[in-house]
Amino acid sequence: MGKIANKQMICEVLMEAAKEDKSIVALCSDSRGSGSFTPFGDTYPEQFVETGIAEQNLVSISAGLAKCGKKAYAVSPACFLSTRSYEQCKVDVAYSNTNVKLIGISGGISYGALGMSHHSAQDIAAMSAVPNMRVYLPSDHIQTKKLTEELLKDEKPAYIRVGRNAVDPVYDSYEAEGKEIPFTLDKAMIPVEGTTEEHTADAVVIACGEMVKPAKDAAELLEKEGIYVTVIDMYCVKPFDKETVIKECGPVKAVVTVEEHAPFGGMGSMAAQVVGEFCPKKIVNMALPDAPVITGTSKEVFDYYGLNAEGIAKKVKESIL
Amino acid sequence: MNLKALSYKLRQDTVDLIRAGKAGHIGGDMSVMDILVELYFSQMNIGPANMDSPDRDLFVMSKGHSVEAYYSVLAEKGFFSKEQLHAEFSKFGSRFIGHPNNKLPGIEMNSGSLGHGLPVCVGMAKAGKMDNRNYRVYTVMGDGELAEGSVWEGAMAASHYKLDNLCAVVDRNRLQISGGTEEVMAHDDLHERFKSFGWNVIDVADGNEIDQLHAAFEEAENVKGKPSVLIANTVKGKGSSVMENKANWHHKVPTDEEYTQIMKDLRTREEALS
Repeated sequence: MGKIANKQMICEVLMEAAKEDKSIVALCSDSRGSGSFTPFGDTYPEQFVETGIAEQNLVSISAGLAKCGKKAYAVSPACFLSTRSYEQCKVDVAYSNTNVKLIGISGGISYGALGMSHHSAQDIAAMSAVPNMRVYLPSDHIQTKKLTEELLKDEKPAYIRVGRNAVDPVYDSYEAEGKEIPFTLDKAMIPVEGTTEEHTADAVVIACGEMVKPAKDAAELLEKEGIYVTVIDMYCVKPFDKETVIKECGPVKAVVTVEEHAPFGGMGSMAAQVVGEFCPKKIVNMALPDAPVITGTSKEVFDYYGLNAEGIAKKVKESIL
Repeated sequence: MNLKALSYKLRQDTVDLIRAGKAGHIGGDMSVMDILVELYFSQMNIGPANMDSPDRDLFVMSKGHSVEAYYSVLAEKGFFSKEQLHAEFSKFGSRFIGHPNNKLPGIEMNSGSLGHGLPVCVGMAKAGKMDNRNYRVYTVMGDGELAEGSVWEGAMAASHYKLDNLCAVVDRNRLQISGGTEEVMAHDDLHERFKSFGWNVIDVADGNEIDQLHAAFEEAENVKGKPSVLIANTVKGKGSSVMENKANWHHKVPTDEEYTQIMKDLRTREEALS
């Protein structure tokens, strides 16, 4: 299947479901193009609501639609959705418990050179701090498909952050073999097992979103050096799958977390809380800096801050010394 | 049902509730009471029997701080008992908190932060249009609340989508916590503002008069192709000279002496209207 942007996969799943389910409504804030939702709007104009550049309105209108039985999907750049309309997400969606799925597109530093106004390096912290809000960062289009299908089945709020670009898939081997990925909602996935019949894992890398692929690549680099790493794909940042973390991190020397987020309050902070309480050991958080991010494409920025396979491998080696 | 007398009976319930909970936005409760009574006992198809019906009318209390008046109306409507309300309001662990809470029967949406009700109602009204349902959607906003930009985002979308099944009410009591609305953030050209946003605007000369409110809501229901807003000119603290038109009665629990006088005034008005 090759590369497909996660946002496009969300749209494809919803369009397939909308053939039968007329309660699905997609809403955009002048973001149908950037969100890859133009096909949805064109195919199902009666199930599409444009709010213009008004993110607060986008979220409140979604909540009102949901209160009247609609499955509302609010699609807007993560930077605006998680800040401009934060209070609407908190009060009208989470607190009022409306069936709104907030789709934060072009998340993290996807917008690269557009600068800090367009980056969402705070959304995991912000959204996770709201009671009754779930937070998901799928790693590739294959997982995004399963996640979107599963979320269609429930009636609870959720925030889903996806990147702007099509990224290399993590689970393409399943796709190549025509197999379903082993996906259970709110259970983390393990794309690389560091412990096998031949060897035991030295470290665990916990990653989410676009950082899972470089974490997997790092594990392959390290394996060549005789260092074995288990990679946890924590796409379900909230509810955080602490059972998997405790099980995998218990026996290893050190844990490294990697995320496209500010260094505070993100997935790494949550992992550190769990490791600190249940299996205390060294845990190192890799994240973006607490500063405006350097100008560049996603790849240039990730390379600069060491958020790539080489950087993760280096950090793992340092942490198990 | 004599709604004019009922408004003054429910004002007394509201004052008792505020005394029981030792907290309450009493001034706005008194100004908005007639609007709520007209909506719940004359206009809206809502009651405990049909709250699960997809065809019920929908209401969002956007000025959520006037919750004591709202609770008193919902209790009278039979959604919960007045005794339970007065025993639990604002108490430890209570569901009857100081802003509308949709874990309680009869309440659709949580509010409290201002400027949310109108845009949420836009979504509700839009859903009604999508599904060809005949329900109507109502919200009540405070006049101080109109400084929130999100109100105008909602106003913009309501006319864009021609939501004639939506009717907003502004409780125009001209006072907010810091003083007069025109001193805090002027908007006396409210009629023109809503009109320029594509709304049908109905001025209610006395928004504490049930007959005038009734006529305005009937007019709103007959206007097609655009949403309607009632600018209901009300008196903050309506019902007793102890609190009428006094900004410092925005949030206040009456003393024993004030309570006696207020209840006497409210009873007198109720009896005069009965």
